[in-house]
Amino acid sequence: MKPTVLKGRIWMITDENGKRFDDIDTDMIFHNKWLYITDINEMGKYAFGNTPGWEDFPEKVKEGNILVVGRNFGAGSSRQQAVDCFRTLGVQAIIGESFGAIYKRNVINSGMPLMEAPDIFESGLKSGDVIEIDLETGDIKRDGAPIFRAKPMSKVQMDIYRAGDLFEYGKMLK
Amino acid sequence: MPTIVEKIFAEHSEDRVEPGNIIWLDLDVRTARDFGGPNVVKHLREHYEGDYLDDPKKTYFTFDLSVPAKTIKYAINQQICRKFAKETDMRIFDVDAGIGTHVLMENGTVRPGSTAVGTDSHYNILGAIGAFGQGMGDKDIAFAFRTGKTWFEVPESMKITVEGDYKAPASARDLTFAVMKEIGSAGMLGKAADYYGDAIDRLSLDGRITLASQTTEMGGIIAFIPPNKEVLNFVEERTGEPQKGTYPDADASYSEEVHVDVEGLEPLVAAPPKPTNVKPVSELEGMEIDSVFIGSCTNGRYEDMLAAARVLKGRKVKDGVNLRITPTTKEVWARVIKEGLIDIFLNAGAVVLTNPGCGGCAEGMPGLVGKDEVELSTTNRNYPGKQGPGKIYLVSPATAAASAVKGYLTSAEEVMQ
Repeated sequence: MKPTVLKGRIWMITDENGKRFDDIDTDMIFHNKWLYITDINEMGKYAFGNTPGWEDFPEKVKEGNILVVGRNFGAGSSRQQAVDCFRTLGVQAIIGESFGAIYKRNVINSGMPLMEAPDIFESGLKSGDVIEIDLETGDIKRDGAPIFRAKPMSKVQMDIYRAGDLFEYGKMLK
Repeated sequence: MPTIVEKIFAEHSEDRVEPGNIIWLDLDVRTARDFGGPNVVKHLREHYEGDYLDDPKKTYFTFDLSVPAKTIKYAINQQICRKFAKETDMRIFDVDAGIGTHVLMENGTVRPGSTAVGTDSHYNILGAIGAFGQGMGDKDIAFAFRTGKTWFEVPESMKITVEGDYKAPASARDLTFAVMKEIGSAGMLGKAADYYGDAIDRLSLDGRITLASQTTEMGGIIAFIPPNKEVLNFVEERTGEPQKGTYPDADASYSEEVHVDVEGLEPLVAAPPKPTNVKPVSELEGMEIDSVFIGSCTNGRYEDMLAAARVLKGRKVKDGVNLRITPTTKEVWARVIKEGLIDIFLNAGAVVLTNPGCGGCAEGMPGLVGKDEVELSTTNRNYPGKQGPGKIYLVSPATAAASAVKGYLTSAEEVMQ
């Protein structure tokens, strides 16, 4: 059974002025020069390779970390690699103010927890904080105390997450 | 009462179609490109034992990114797809065909009211003929190849009304910029839209393609341009079958309404760092440029080629500036040759690429910019670093051609006086 409460250290993805970084597109996350790559193990080292200030993210991130991102994250291309590169690095969930529509599907289909959390950059959370997120209620806690409430994951999201990914979910439908 | 997306979904689903509901949607067409395609094949082979396709007749590869393959890695990836296609009896629009979505509209594979998905984030360009198109990642598309279905959350719909008249050299691209300026990079996030208004009705098919190609840049799921007589005739001619189109009910309910006035529209430009950062060309007039690209799914149709040719006829590209032109499809490319536009381009000193395709939008074909290079481009995105370390300003084909002649950003009006 997959856990519905996750705990991990967060990265708040901010711009060069330390402010919420909006409209990060898939070419900034995983540049088109690496599109030919089909092996997921090869994808991690290029994550955020074209995002100013975050080029060294693959060296800094640790297994189980959680990303907190701004508005319209993952705008642009349909490339699954822009999601898979974070999975290679062991990122366990992505929380964002909002997401590009295709990107959001790609995260959900890969079985990675994703939560929409409008205005989470106003919550006082900062990089390095350890948080607990409840996927079913959307509750986010820091040091055991509630700090923010995100939108809970939808039913299809939970179904795909529990099954493992879209393919495993598809097998259950037949 | 239903909007266009709700009507199309209702015809392709057994589930209750209302905004916020997640439904299973039947797909008329599912495709993958030379980007995404090899990953789709990999997923299918890893997760299933044979029986990979729900219906080979509704499943296609469309190669348009690196065409013909310019690196060994793309050659390998394309061959993975070709081998899979042969094994499963599905069809390929190969490296000669051009941009997949455009080919699907030209040959009648996708029609008004169709549902189609593919590994192209501009797949919602199919809204240009009133079809539902959706770009998806390789997992989604592998699932669609196998099952013929996808899960989808029914989006709310916006009503976007565009009214007013304008004269050349302002074009459909400038109208598109005006809409984007109003809506912004996330103003359509997660939503569908139906276009209304006299300025929309007057758009040609090529102009509709330009407008629909920028839905993703406003965050939209899909934006429909209800087909007019010209579009229905085009599809009927290509399919040999009568078309009725899908239109919103008179009292369709929308979550939001936006009005855009394009009366007396002037040429516009989108400066870095995003496609919605729109300003009048006159505000940046005189900015020196190094290179110019005309093409892409946004502005590589015949009408775009013609707009550029009108400006370039009898003129020369400024010394030190290089102009590159890529038609979208083989059909457009053939017409560029047949109608003599190719001579105008060559005489002006343009580089005309020998093969239709996506152009500079990915690494596949020329259109890349070096450090400190300033490029004017008719493509759809100018995000930092996407096409190299230089700066990309998005403009219409007429503005691109005029600026190539002058060596600085200017409108076609200035050149053609």
